[in-house]
Amino acid sequence: MDWSLLLQLTLNGLIVGALYGVVAMSFVLIYKASQVVNFAQGEFLLVGAWVCWWLLTDWQLPFWAGFLVTLAFMTLFGMILQVVVLRPLIGEPVISVIMATIGLGIFFQALMKWIFGVFAKPFPPIFPVERVNLLGLEVQTVYLLSLGISVLIMAGFAWFFSVSKHGLAMRATAFDQQVAQSLGISVPKVFAMSWAISAVVSSVAGVVVGVVNGVSSALSFYGIKVFPAVILGGLDSIIGAVLGGLIVGVLENWAQYIDAEWLNWGNMYTIAPFYALILILLVKPYGLFGTRNIERV
Amino acid sequence: MTAMTPAGDYRSTYREDMTIFPTRGSRYAVWLGLALLCLAPLVLGRYELGLLITIGFSAIAALGLNILVGFTGQISIGHAAFFGFGAFASAWLHESAHIPVALCIPLAGLMTTAVGMVFGLPAARLKGLYLAIATLAAQFILEDFFARARWFTGGVAGRITEPFELFGWVADREESYFYVVLAYVVVMFVGAANLMRTRDGRALVAVRDHYLSAEMMGINLAYYRTLSFGIASFYAGIGGALYAHYLLFVSVEAFNILFSIQFLGMVIIGGLGSVMGSLMGAAFMVLLPEAVQMAADALAGGAIDRALRLGASISFLREMVIGAAIILFLVFEPDGLARRWRLIRAYWKLYPYSH
Repeated sequence: MDWSLLLQLTLNGLIVGALYGVVAMSFVLIYKASQVVNFAQGEFLLVGAWVCWWLLTDWQLPFWAGFLVTLAFMTLFGMILQVVVLRPLIGEPVISVIMATIGLGIFFQALMKWIFGVFAKPFPPIFPVERVNLLGLEVQTVYLLSLGISVLIMAGFAWFFSVSKHGLAMRATAFDQQVAQSLGISVPKVFAMSWAISAVVSSVAGVVVGVVNGVSSALSFYGIKVFPAVILGGLDSIIGAVLGGLIVGVLENWAQYIDAEWLNWGNMYTIAPFYALILILLVKPYGLFGTRNIERV
Repeated sequence: MTAMTPAGDYRSTYREDMTIFPTRGSRYAVWLGLALLCLAPLVLGRYELGLLITIGFSAIAALGLNILVGFTGQISIGHAAFFGFGAFASAWLHESAHIPVALCIPLAGLMTTAVGMVFGLPAARLKGLYLAIATLAAQFILEDFFARARWFTGGVAGRITEPFELFGWVADREESYFYVVLAYVVVMFVGAANLMRTRDGRALVAVRDHYLSAEMMGINLAYYRTLSFGIASFYAGIGGALYAHYLLFVSVEAFNILFSIQFLGMVIIGGLGSVMGSLMGAAFMVLLPEAVQMAADALAGGAIDRALRLGASISFLREMVIGAAIILFLVFEPDGLARRWRLIRAYWKLYPYSH
């Protein structure tokens, strides 16, 4: 056993897992607020990262300016998607809503490939120092920053939902739409807002991953990796989503380690979370923190 | 289902209510259509026949998915993986056991049914979006299996298949293979239309409409959900096997998630819970990329083409159009082409009075 490698992989897993957690959190946000399972979550990352890349390279904006413009754009983007595509589908069966988000996913993935090409493109360098030494482990500066941003976003969510007026309105809507409406909360506004926040938060994750690995359509796979995380944590639990993301991140790195050391099957990094997903659905479909109202027949 | 028959419903016996063709005219129209299709290889070129063959095997798989999604209300995002399993199974049976291809196709269907049941058993306990997520996982797991199981799929190199052969008649050209696919389409569609008239078929619809009531009526939910998964897999397997012996080569990468979504698109666009809708949806989905190609060809060389790089990015355009078509249908015509077709038929029947 190579302990230092295992430790390094665990750290990588936690860092990537924190990003999964952020994406999973924004996924759960949409699900809680509007009962929509968003299969296009990965495309939020993709669109956000490409827009930021475009602003930084073609327009030569400094990073902070490009980043802020990206966030503003994603706010509009999420809102428009909700109003134009998802709002007419309120009250339709689950399959229609799922298919609509899948359709959105294909559409934007292909659109991004069309505009920006299929090859991964690197961000211009943002930090003067590439790597730092942390307790004997080599860590990229961006990774550290991404961990910081993830924690910041999670803290922001906690504040938003426990203190702010809009956050409380959202929780009320998630709890009972009719009661929320009778208290003067505009449910359509809450829906649009939840999509906007979700798009913004996901795009932050997208930009971070883009800075580390370069921007390519591989980013949208984060939207698929979100499912093991949210199912593990419970579909409607924000804390569960964060924890699920961290566990999935560590799990895939450990699976890769076990695979490289003993099994030699290859590809376990990608597939292991899906085996875990099936297992969880069979044993504990409401996850670690989810509401136990899933009927099993 | 509203039948859109003019001015009220005059059916007075169960026999009339259960008929497949509501009027004599519609039955004649189907016979006429079949006769015209039988003549198609004499008239059409190889390319057009190839399109018709593609529509045929896609429609069979889409019909299977429609039985699962449209009639039973269970969602599957892994249909292409089962389709691919059928394709590999047929090729593998022929090569390893030397079974004639004509027998391989139904056997591949049965093998796929077995695999579908394995995934269907746990799926029978889940519903709605949990099932969607579980089948999404199944898609990735099966794709990984295809890439790994070299004995079964030929690994990354893929597997070469033999053409269809029956009593010395070899269907290795579009003109001859067309009849094989046509025969399968007719058998499978008649089978599905009749299934929906039996107790089992009505039980599936009852499970979809209200599973609690269905259970109180004595319908075993787990049994029928698994059965529906099995039937869907059988159709996917047959479709996949027909695909394998048409292309004569099966590649591991072909059965990705986009292909699965295309099948779902066929079902949505054709109309959930409509047998003929599956055929219309498949035709739409197969012809849509052709239309995109034609539009791009028409614009080729012009200013729009140069500005938007249409020629080089035609595959992305196709994907975009598929995504857009799914969304537009969901928003503007959730009941699909089948309903549109009924409206058009009713319009002509009632013309010039609209009631």
